[in-house]
Amino acid sequence: MTRSLLGLGVLALASMAFALALGSVTVSPADLWQVVQGEGSTLHRTLLLDLRLPRTLAAFGTGGLLAVAGALMQVLLRNPLADPYVLGLSGGAAVGALLAMLMGMGTLIISGSAFAGAMLATVLVFGLAHGTGSWTPSRLLLTGVVVAAGWGAVITLMLAITPSYKLPGMLYWLMGDVSYARSPWPAVVVLAVSVVLIMPLARNLNVLARGAMQAAALGVSVRPLEWTIYVLASLLTATAVTTAGSIGFVGLIVPHMLRLILGNDQRIILPASALAGGTLLVLADTLARTVVAPEQLPVGVITALLGVPTFLYLLHRSR
Amino acid sequence: MSTLSTRDLIINVPGRPDGFALNMSIEPGQIWGVLGPNGAGKTTLLHTLAGLLPARSGQVQLNSRSLTALKRRDIARRLGLVFQERQDSFPATVLETTLIGRHPWLSPWDSEQGDDQRRAEQALNTLDVRHLSNRLLNTLSGGERQRVAIATLMTQNPDILLLDEPTNHLDLHHQVKVMNLLRDQAGAGKTVLMCLHDLNLAARWCTHVLLLHSNGDACWGLAKNMLEPTALERLYNQKLITVEADGAPVFVPVSF
Repeated sequence: MTRSLLGLGVLALASMAFALALGSVTVSPADLWQVVQGEGSTLHRTLLLDLRLPRTLAAFGTGGLLAVAGALMQVLLRNPLADPYVLGLSGGAAVGALLAMLMGMGTLIISGSAFAGAMLATVLVFGLAHGTGSWTPSRLLLTGVVVAAGWGAVITLMLAITPSYKLPGMLYWLMGDVSYARSPWPAVVVLAVSVVLIMPLARNLNVLARGAMQAAALGVSVRPLEWTIYVLASLLTATAVTTAGSIGFVGLIVPHMLRLILGNDQRIILPASALAGGTLLVLADTLARTVVAPEQLPVGVITALLGVPTFLYLLHRSR
Repeated sequence: MSTLSTRDLIINVPGRPDGFALNMSIEPGQIWGVLGPNGAGKTTLLHTLAGLLPARSGQVQLNSRSLTALKRRDIARRLGLVFQERQDSFPATVLETTLIGRHPWLSPWDSEQGDDQRRAEQALNTLDVRHLSNRLLNTLSGGERQRVAIATLMTQNPDILLLDEPTNHLDLHHQVKVMNLLRDQAGAGKTVLMCLHDLNLAARWCTHVLLLHSNGDACWGLAKNMLEPTALERLYNQKLITVEADGAPVFVPVSF
C-alpha cells in the first residue's frame, strides 16, 4: 500500500515537470533540470519559477483539496455520489464572488468574498440540519441539496441582471479556472496540513463508513467526528473554490477511481486522493492552456473529458 | 469478566406508556434470551443496553458504573453488539470488515498488527467463513454475512456480547454452531444476551429469559421457569403445543 502512494507521488512529480515544460515556449528536460538546480537562463528562470510554477502548484493544491474534500463528504454522508459541492458550498462561494464582481471589486476582494460565501453556506446548512437535534446523513444531504438549489436560483438571478460586458468573467469563474489563482500557497499549505491532521482519524472514518450505530458500538464518538469532518471538508472546499472557482468533477471522481483500485481504507484513500486529485488537475490545466493556445479552455471541461473515460474504463474492468 | 445491570430502566419506545421498569443483573456465564412479539422493543432494549440509545428513565450499569459516565471507547472494549441490520454503502472485503472489530483496541496511529490479523482469521475460521476472506461483503449470502458479523464481534472480543437475532438467515447447522459458540463463550466467563424469535433455541441454550410484552410489561428469570406455555401463549397471542425432545421442551404453534 505504501508502494501505491509512492507511485502516485512519482506521478505527481512527473505531471508537474510536464506542466512546467509545456506551454507557449517549450522547455527541454535538460533546461528544466538546470533551473531546478538553480542555474539556467534568466528567461527560463522567469518563465518557470515566476509564471508556470505558481500556476502548477495552485492547480495541484486545488485538485488535491477537492479530491480529499470529496472523499470526506462521501464518508460523512455514507453516499458514494456525494462531492464537495453537494451541500451547496460552491453556490455560496459563487454568490459571494459574483456579488464582488458585480460591484466591480478587485481579485483580492473577489477571493475574500467567495470564501465568506462558502463559509456562510456551511454555517447555514449546519444550522438548518441541526435545528431539531435529530441529525442524520439523509437529513443533512436533503438540507444541503435544497440550500444548493436556492443558491443556484440566486446565481441565475444575478446573471440575469448583470450588464452583458461583465458576463464573460463571471461565467469563467463559475466554470472554474486556475488562472484566477493569485497565490498557490493557501491551497498547498491547507492541503498538506489537513492531510497530516486527518491521518490519525482515518481508521475512525473506516468504521464510520459502516454506519453511525456500528461506529458508536466500536468506540467511535460519532457526533464530534462527524462535525470535524464536516468543518474540515468545508474548509478544504472553500479554500479550493477561493483559489480557482468551482471546478467540478475532481472531487467526485478521484476518490471513486482510487477506491476501485486501492479499496476503501481511508488511511490510503485520503493521502492518495491528495496526490491523484492534484495530478489530475495539473494535467488538465496544462491541456487547458496549451490545446488551443493562445486561447484557454475552462479547466473543468478538461477534467471531465479526461475523467469520464478513465472512470468508465475502471468501472468496466472491476466487474 | 463484566456484569451488565439495569436500575429502574424504562426503554424509550415512542408512543408507548412506561410499562414495567427493568431491574436485571446479567452476570458472567449467563446466556440471556429476550423474547417478545414484533415491535415489543427488543432491539430498542439491546441498543439501550449498549448505550447507543438514551433510556426514558433509569440507567444501565457496566460493572456498577453508569454507561453515560463512560467513554464510548472504554465501553467498546467491554461490550460488543451484533446488529440486526447492517449498512454497507462502500465495498469492503470480509477480512477488512472483521478487522474493524479491533478498532477499540488500537490507538489512532496504530495499524492492525499480526496479532489482530490472527484474531480475525481465527474468528472467520470458527464461523466457517475463512475461505471468503478476500470476497467483497456485498457478494455474500445473507447467512454468510451474518456469520461475518458474528466473527467481527469475536474479533472485538468484549466481555459482554449482545446479539440481535444472531441466528437470522442461518441454516440449521450454523444455528446450532453459533448457539454452541455462544455457550462456550459464556462458559469462558463472557456475559451473553440476545434477542430471539425461536423459542426452541431459547429453551435449549439460554440460562435466563426476559419476556417483553407489546404494552411494555416484562418479566424475567431462569429459562426453565419463564418458558411456561401459558405465559408464552399470552406473549405471542398464539396457541402452542408443547412436546419434549432431546431433553428440552419444544414449542410448536397451532395452525389455526
